[in-house]
Amino acid sequence: MTAPTLELRDLRTHFATRGGVVKAVDGVSLRVDRGQVLGLVGESGSGKSVTGFSILGLVDPPGQVVGGQVLFQGQDLARLDEEAMRHLRGNRIAMIFQDPMMTLNPVLRIDTQMIETVLAHAPVSREEARQRARDALGQVGIAAPEERMRAYPHQFSGGMRQRVAIAIALLHKPDLIVADEPTTALDVTIQGQILAEAQKLCAEHGTALIWITHDLSVVAGLADRIAVMYAGRVVEEGPVEAVLDAPLHPYTVGLIGSVPSRNRRGAALNQIPGMTPSMLNLPAGCAFAARCPRAASGCSEPPPFVEFRPGRSARCIHPHAEGPPA
Amino acid sequence: MSAAAEAPIVEVRGVSRRFEKQLDFVARLARRAGLPVREEVVHAVDGVDLTIQRGEVVGLVGESGCGKSTLGRMVAGILPPSEGTILRQGRDLRSLGGSEARLAKLRTQMIFQDPYASLNPRRKVAEIVGEAPLYHGLVRRADLADYVDEQLRRAGLDPALKGRYPHQFSGGQRQRIGIARALAVQPDMLVCDEAVAALDVSIQAQILNLFMKLRRELDLTYLFISHDLGVVEHLSDRVVIMYLGRVVEAAPSEEVFARPNHPYTQALLAEVPRIENRKRHFAGVQGEIPSPLNPPGGCHFHPRCPHALARCKVERPVLREIAPGHRSACHLNEAT
Repeated sequence: MTAPTLELRDLRTHFATRGGVVKAVDGVSLRVDRGQVLGLVGESGSGKSVTGFSILGLVDPPGQVVGGQVLFQGQDLARLDEEAMRHLRGNRIAMIFQDPMMTLNPVLRIDTQMIETVLAHAPVSREEARQRARDALGQVGIAAPEERMRAYPHQFSGGMRQRVAIAIALLHKPDLIVADEPTTALDVTIQGQILAEAQKLCAEHGTALIWITHDLSVVAGLADRIAVMYAGRVVEEGPVEAVLDAPLHPYTVGLIGSVPSRNRRGAALNQIPGMTPSMLNLPAGCAFAARCPRAASGCSEPPPFVEFRPGRSARCIHPHAEGPPA
Repeated sequence: MSAAAEAPIVEVRGVSRRFEKQLDFVARLARRAGLPVREEVVHAVDGVDLTIQRGEVVGLVGESGCGKSTLGRMVAGILPPSEGTILRQGRDLRSLGGSEARLAKLRTQMIFQDPYASLNPRRKVAEIVGEAPLYHGLVRRADLADYVDEQLRRAGLDPALKGRYPHQFSGGQRQRIGIARALAVQPDMLVCDEAVAALDVSIQAQILNLFMKLRRELDLTYLFISHDLGVVEHLSDRVVIMYLGRVVEAAPSEEVFARPNHPYTQALLAEVPRIENRKRHFAGVQGEIPSPLNPPGGCHFHPRCPHALARCKVERPVLREIAPGHRSACHLNEAT
């Protein structure tokens, strides 16, 4: 059996702040295989974006990866020095951000930026690099790429910029792409176009994709597997159908119930009472217990992450649809 | 009075709103020298008719730049239209004088997308909620504290927190403060402009439930502006869809979602991600949303429309009734 494209083992990223240590990512274990899409779902402050940044070694101080492994094709990225990491980043692993202007330099033309990216990792001529940049733009559906690549980022619309950012991510046909809410700021019709590109990419190149989002509806249509995060931990993980149709963790149940859906028009939405706890002051036991309708005395102990069936795990001692642990 | 009671709560007639960019000094000189320099004009809202009955929830949907917020602001009376009239219970607000106009305007309140930007950061919650009703004489100063408590409780906030400042609250709680402030002047209509767009899903559900509860308790009418079709479908009795400043389709909710008529509506509905849909194939509407500075002629949607005819490029389609209560602006409905 070959190593998965990416495997996180007990990843911990902490931020030392004046108010104390924020355990933004606190023991996250995940895996993504070749050609697979993993939807990493959570609300603001759940640690989903920091998980993505940790994979690429892009956590800024005071944040620091303090423990665990980031195994990319079997190699631990958390132990890699900056030089070796730079060789992988943008080459074998790419990231797409929510705001494409985080990727694009506003004062350089698109072609300059793209050619630079190609030359950084491939020993090719400038002309060859330009050719590759043009092909990548064409691939993400930009009409007349030859002409458009001479423009500056501000001359593009939001959706077009995001496409350019995706084209840059694709330049070296990476084995892994981490996409952090890439369509959240876009209109629905443009989001549809971007999602179509993402699907095509995974199918054609076998790229593994981690799609970070707060929107369950997007991953429902896109992902193979879903991991739900709450307060820095994965609380539930499994295939899309299983997680959405038979959720185990009460938080996942609440989250799904909160989504307005055509099945329950006009009916009151199932709301989760309360709000997300402060990351500075998490309870000792289950972080969701204070909002949980199934909470009991045992919840004051930290719940273990239990595999109920192969590939189907949750961090809860009173899960819905209980079955014997595998 | 009985005639006014029967009139729709809001009637928008042929309303347009243009935003003009004034020429700067160089451009004015260039024009005097005979160069073809023109003011840039955005037709944010272009000839819109809209009727809202008392007690209705009307969802106003569209993508960025379609003019939905501008229309909402005109309905709320905080932006005057460039053309057309807006009747409030049969009366044009501009025809009313002084205090009468002021009180009439209070009857429509607005809830904004970013609750933090719409709350004064240097005022305590009690002042934010209590200021307007006191100023407008809706409550006596002696009763103000109790009145504010009641408003906060109704919006789901603990009155004990009224001595705090907005930054001490979470996003969902801030939105509740905005709601309490709006309801404090006893409106009968709320214009919600992307009121839940900035909130997390679980908090969004709390606020949507609050809107529905308030509707029942206070007999409120809503104009609910959103780009999120899932939210609009859940909440609205009727849906109005805009594209580049014009209404392209308007119909009861079930009708729009079951039988979308306009090609734009169909495309929009096809692209909405739904939690019920698994591993679907995304396709995407072709093309970009054109710039409202220079919209395409005829039907604005024709460059992206898979069914466009020659006629669509030159002639603006009018909003016609195609089924009871269902109106759509598309030439295809006349082609046989």
